[in-house]
Amino acid sequence: MSAIDENHLHDDMKSRPPIEGRAPGHVTAADTPAGGSSAGLGATPLQRERVTTIFEKGAAGRRAFMCPELDVPQVDAELLPERLRRKQPPRLPEVSEPEIVRHYVGLSKRNFDLDSGFYPLGSCTMKHNPRLHERVAALAGHARLHPLQDPAKAQGALELMWNLQGALAEISGLPHVSLQPSAGSHGELAGVLLTRAYHEARGEHRHKVLTPDTSHGTNPATVTMAGLEVVKVATNPDGGVDLDDLRAKADSDVACLMLTNPNTLGLFDQNIQEIAEIVHGVGATLYYDGANLNAVMGLSRPGDMGFDIVHFNLHKSFTQPHGGGGPGSGPIAVSDRIAPFLPRPLVVQGDDGAFDLCHDSPASSKSIGRLRGFQGNYGCFVRSYAYICSLGGDGLKDASETAVLNANYLLARLKERGVGEYLPLAYGELCLHEFVLSGGPMKRALKIKTLDLAKRLLDFGFHPPTVYFPLLVEEALMIEPTETETKETLDAFADAIAQILKEAETDGPEVAQNAPYTTPVRRLDEVAAAKHPVIRQALA
Amino acid sequence: MLEAIGVPSIEALFDRQIPEAVRLRRPLDLPAGRPEQDVFAHLRELAAKNVSAEDELSFLGAGMYDHYVPALIDMLMERSEFLTPYTPYQPEISQGGLQVMFEYQTAISELTALPAANASVYEGPSAVAAAGYLAKLHNGGKRFVVSAGMHPHSIETLRTHAHGYGMEVVEVPLRDGVTDLDAWTRAIDGDCSAAIFAQPNFYGAVEDAAALSAAAKSSSSALNGAGEGLNGAAGADTVKGGGGGTVKAPVVIAQVDPITLGILAPPGECGVDVAVGEGQPLGNRLDFGGPSFGFFAAREEYLRRMPGRIAGETKDVDGRRGFVLTLQTREQHIRREKATSNICTAQALNALAGVVYLTWLGRRGIVELGELLLARTHYAREMLSALAGVETLHSQPVIREFAVRIDADVAAVKRRCAAEGVNPGVDLHAITGREEDRGGLLVAITEQRSRADIDRLTEVLGAAVAAEREMVTA
Repeated sequence: MSAIDENHLHDDMKSRPPIEGRAPGHVTAADTPAGGSSAGLGATPLQRERVTTIFEKGAAGRRAFMCPELDVPQVDAELLPERLRRKQPPRLPEVSEPEIVRHYVGLSKRNFDLDSGFYPLGSCTMKHNPRLHERVAALAGHARLHPLQDPAKAQGALELMWNLQGALAEISGLPHVSLQPSAGSHGELAGVLLTRAYHEARGEHRHKVLTPDTSHGTNPATVTMAGLEVVKVATNPDGGVDLDDLRAKADSDVACLMLTNPNTLGLFDQNIQEIAEIVHGVGATLYYDGANLNAVMGLSRPGDMGFDIVHFNLHKSFTQPHGGGGPGSGPIAVSDRIAPFLPRPLVVQGDDGAFDLCHDSPASSKSIGRLRGFQGNYGCFVRSYAYICSLGGDGLKDASETAVLNANYLLARLKERGVGEYLPLAYGELCLHEFVLSGGPMKRALKIKTLDLAKRLLDFGFHPPTVYFPLLVEEALMIEPTETETKETLDAFADAIAQILKEAETDGPEVAQNAPYTTPVRRLDEVAAAKHPVIRQALA
Repeated sequence: MLEAIGVPSIEALFDRQIPEAVRLRRPLDLPAGRPEQDVFAHLRELAAKNVSAEDELSFLGAGMYDHYVPALIDMLMERSEFLTPYTPYQPEISQGGLQVMFEYQTAISELTALPAANASVYEGPSAVAAAGYLAKLHNGGKRFVVSAGMHPHSIETLRTHAHGYGMEVVEVPLRDGVTDLDAWTRAIDGDCSAAIFAQPNFYGAVEDAAALSAAAKSSSSALNGAGEGLNGAAGADTVKGGGGGTVKAPVVIAQVDPITLGILAPPGECGVDVAVGEGQPLGNRLDFGGPSFGFFAAREEYLRRMPGRIAGETKDVDGRRGFVLTLQTREQHIRREKATSNICTAQALNALAGVVYLTWLGRRGIVELGELLLARTHYAREMLSALAGVETLHSQPVIREFAVRIDADVAAVKRRCAAEGVNPGVDLHAITGREEDRGGLLVAITEQRSRADIDRLTEVLGAAVAAEREMVTA
């Protein structure tokens, strides 16, 4: 098969429906082989591909790398004694460059991605990644800048970090920023360690951290890693923090309340000021999980809500491409009282306008110390800074407004298509940037679970929403369309959901239960994978 | 769209949901948005204020290195299908990324000679902290014993994290440029959770990894009164404690430079239990310190305590070969406060660059590159230490980095070299703060630094040192 044919078929798989010539959302049950098997003639070209790893390709002696010539005298073997040497070379692949390119381009075609289609993964903020950012990040002055370059010779990088810190401080309403944490969960850890240091400096050893039962899993995991104990706070019928439960649990042992606002239900907590009063009243700090910041940029600021510490996910609100699981970046912004404890080094500006890195250590300052090597994921800073420059203050506000408009429109559109009966909104009537539907009625009435709906969506060319989170919603579907999607895309997605439900009504639940049919592989045996883990290729 | 929602304006969506008291009733105080070409010009202007490895002859290293990144890596990393997806939560449409993880794990496993590798952690120093947390979960010990030959950033990062989960960090000094084996053995007792060293160490010296591992295992077992046939290099054995309880031997952790593993004995063959490290030398750019990736590999018994994503092979309902994220019951989204780590987003795209780089080097290339670095680094060390006022800091074997002591102010010498377009290396004292590192210069040699470049360094550094010494005597 020629490369052209492959590309063509690849495009069909992703952005168009499984059957040629039809628009998205117009798949019918007739397109799904009876019994759900696609192993035979019905299989797609990608399904018929024989899967081999790079370690199963190539031949002895084949290569891509040509080593630069040995232009210095041969090393005396004694310089690296035999006992320190490796006996057998690592069994890396032996392949040519064309083979490498074809292998990995081939693998790329087995991925769905944001550039190919709608990706409404709740709490992940899959907004468009402008290509300008890749271009500027690749400039040698950024990409080949050594992290230990003398600050006098890295003024552009430090200025960029300084400007980004300033922008994040303004967006969050908290004046002191460290860009160091590598991702959201790393920022959370920084935040909890900062809280600990703050209390310790006052001679207090508080050991509890409150988290709502709607919180991201990283929150409780972080608390444990920071040596503290998680205490869950209940959710009230409106989807916010249960104030009575909070009051009952807020005592002088509490170090911190970790909150996402809007929360993982897409709802802004109406009682945020009272929550802040209760928490501050017992001497604890308030931590803001910035995963959902995309709802409120330029509209409401964590600092103004009473938060002491916030982390940002540059790979969510600020367009760092997610890379299939990173890199991310998780800067933190803090209030005055937390500032002395920030990680080092810090970017500082002298009276002469020159930038420098301040390295004072935990021994010479109150800093919690380093969270990683060097200054953080600078390449992500470049991209996010470019994004903020492109949009400006008004543009960021506009982005949040459009994200909220899109979410509410999609919610309304789903109701209008009669989806509400099977997939009601879990809490409230409106939402901010995302909303959570409950698949409970669908499961009972149509015998299809949220998982089945998600898998059937794959056949329609959509990435499914986040499923089974937050945990307190039965059969949850968490949908975040972001501001960079068009009305047409939202309509097509609503149509697809409606059609899947209709299909279950008319043709029975099996169609969805056996989905997907058109993806490179179909449902995978995850139980077997975990029971007998095969996590590397057996090598000859 | 507003009509469908049933609200008169976008403003109303917010008015109805966000209490007035916490609304921001002014524009953000940020510059106005700009067209793409202006933003490009601004970012290019900032880039031009930096002196990159393209603008000077650079011998900077100390954790990140100016290795050549082949063009095919740029091309693959910029492909939408790798660049723009989220973590592969839907395996049916993420087979490409999942298979890349599986191949990456295989490559790291093979390189380190340890059977269980995860799909990446953030970067080097925090990988050390993550390994420490694994040790704490494994044996509940009270302290980490670390070699002073660790990268200072690794020690600081470990201290930050260890303070959180209540562990002490004890440093063991160096002797002749490598970890003092006697002090190391003395420091490790029944309360030691992990014994941690770097290979090669921060000063470029190759450590005797097998001896350090063996000493860590046997010294703890001796103290527990049970030297019963413990083979030091045989993994994390359980030792019967003298007091009747069972005490687990410390987990031996090594931070390893992956580019040396074509020629250097791999950690898995030296008795190391967990090998972690900075992946940047493997096909990742300098990027002023990140993003790169951290690798994490361990013996099989630690598999269910590993942090982060792990891809595993399985089959689909029709029997096709496929890959999924596996052993997820370790992870935060399932286990929450009982998770083995809080890590969620890691460094998948950078790990892709890593496995493509290793594939590009191939079985022979990684050995050839290692030999080249070894030869050029020795040549450079001989040339520099022959200069007046420059001597080697230690005489241990080195592979791609070495330390010298200069009989002059390092910062001043660096300034003189900079005027000649040469960056001779990292000022050791500036980064470690150790008194004994005053006058120290750490010099890194990659395959991008030819013999001619090394000769130029020799000439410029020699002149700079001579000029500085003259000034002092004058």
